[in-house]
Amino acid sequence: MGSEGVERPEVGSGHKPTLSTRAKWVLPLLRLLAFLATLAATLVMALNKETRKVIVATIGTTSIEATVKARFQHTPAFVFFVIVNGNASLHNLLMLVVYFIRHKFGLKRHAPRAIAILDLLNVALVSGGETAAVFMGQLGRDGNSHARWNKICDKVESFCDRGRAAMIASLAGLLLMIIITIISIIRLGNKNTKLVSSTNVP
Amino acid sequence: MGLDYRGRIPMLVLRLVALAATVSATLIMGTSHESAEYFGIKFEANYKKSPAFKYFVIMNAIASGYTFILSFVPAKTSYGHFVLVLDLVMTLLLDSSISACLAIGQLGKNGNSNAGWLPICSRVPKFCDNVTAALVAGFVASITYLIIVIYSLHNLINLLTLKS
Repeated sequence: MGSEGVERPEVGSGHKPTLSTRAKWVLPLLRLLAFLATLAATLVMALNKETRKVIVATIGTTSIEATVKARFQHTPAFVFFVIVNGNASLHNLLMLVVYFIRHKFGLKRHAPRAIAILDLLNVALVSGGETAAVFMGQLGRDGNSHARWNKICDKVESFCDRGRAAMIASLAGLLLMIIITIISIIRLGNKNTKLVSSTNVP
Repeated sequence: MGLDYRGRIPMLVLRLVALAATVSATLIMGTSHESAEYFGIKFEANYKKSPAFKYFVIMNAIASGYTFILSFVPAKTSYGHFVLVLDLVMTLLLDSSISACLAIGQLGKNGNSNAGWLPICSRVPKFCDNVTAALVAGFVASITYLIIVIYSLHNLINLLTLKS
C-alpha cells in the first residue's frame, strides 16, 4: 500500500516524530465531538414535548378549548431517532474510554477490527434514524395536501423548533462519525502493514 | 490468470444482486400510480407526491448507475481504499432513503391519530402494495451494499484470522 511511508516501525532511540505521533489527538477529539453531538440530539429529542390549549369553537361567550399534545413517542420515526442516537453516543463514549485505557488490557490484536466494524454499524444506523426524522419533520412542517395531512408546526411551534435542533445536532454527529469511520478503516490498514512488517524483521 | 478470474466472482455476484435490487426498486416505485375518488375530489397517488418517495427513486437510480459502473472494477486493485469509501457513502445513502420511506409508508398504512392524519392505504390499495414491493427491493439493496462494504473491508485487511 502507498501509505506505508507514513508510519515507520519503531527503531531504537531518537527517531523523529512522524505524522502519526503529531496527529494522535485527532481521533479522540473527533470522537468527543461526535459523542457530544449525538448526546445533544438524544436529549433534546427525548425531552421534546409540548401541550397547548387551542380554541376550537366559540358558543356565545364560552369558548371550547381542545388540548393539543405533541410528544416524540407519537411518531415511530422520532422513537427510532432517539434510540439510535442514544446508541451512537454510548458507542462513542465507550470508544473514547477504550482509547484512554487501552494500555492496561491486551487489546492490541482484536480491538482495531472490532472498533472499525462497530463504527460502520453505528454510522449506518445513525444515518437511517436521522433521515427518517428529517422527512417526518418536513411532513409536519409542510403537510401533504395530496394525502390530506395537515401541517402541525403552526400549532406546536416549540416542539418543531426543538426537533429541528435535534436533527441538526444529529447531522453534525453523523458527519463526524463518517470521518471517524474512514479514519478507523485507514488506520486499520496501516496498523496491519505495520504489524506484518515488524514480524518480518529478522 | 485463472485464479484472478475466480477471485472476482463473489464481488461480481454481490454487485449484480445489488444492481438488480436497485433497478427494480427504482422501476417499481417510479411506475406505481393509482387514482381514487374521495368525496368527489380526484386523488392521485404516485411517487412524486411525497418528498421521501422522490428521494428514494433518485437515490436508487444513482445507486443502480454506480453499481453498473463498478461491476467492471475488480475487487482487489490499488484503488481499493477509494472504492471502499465510495461504497460506504452509497450504503449510507441507500440506508437513509429506505429509512425515510419506511417512516412515511408506515404513516400511510397506519396513520397518526395524534396528529389527525388518516391512513391512505385503504383508499389506494394497489399503490400501497407497489410501494411495499419497492421498499422490499430497496431493503435488499441496502443489505447487499452493507455486505459489499464488509467484503471489501475483508479484501483489504483480513477480518477472519485473529492472528493479523
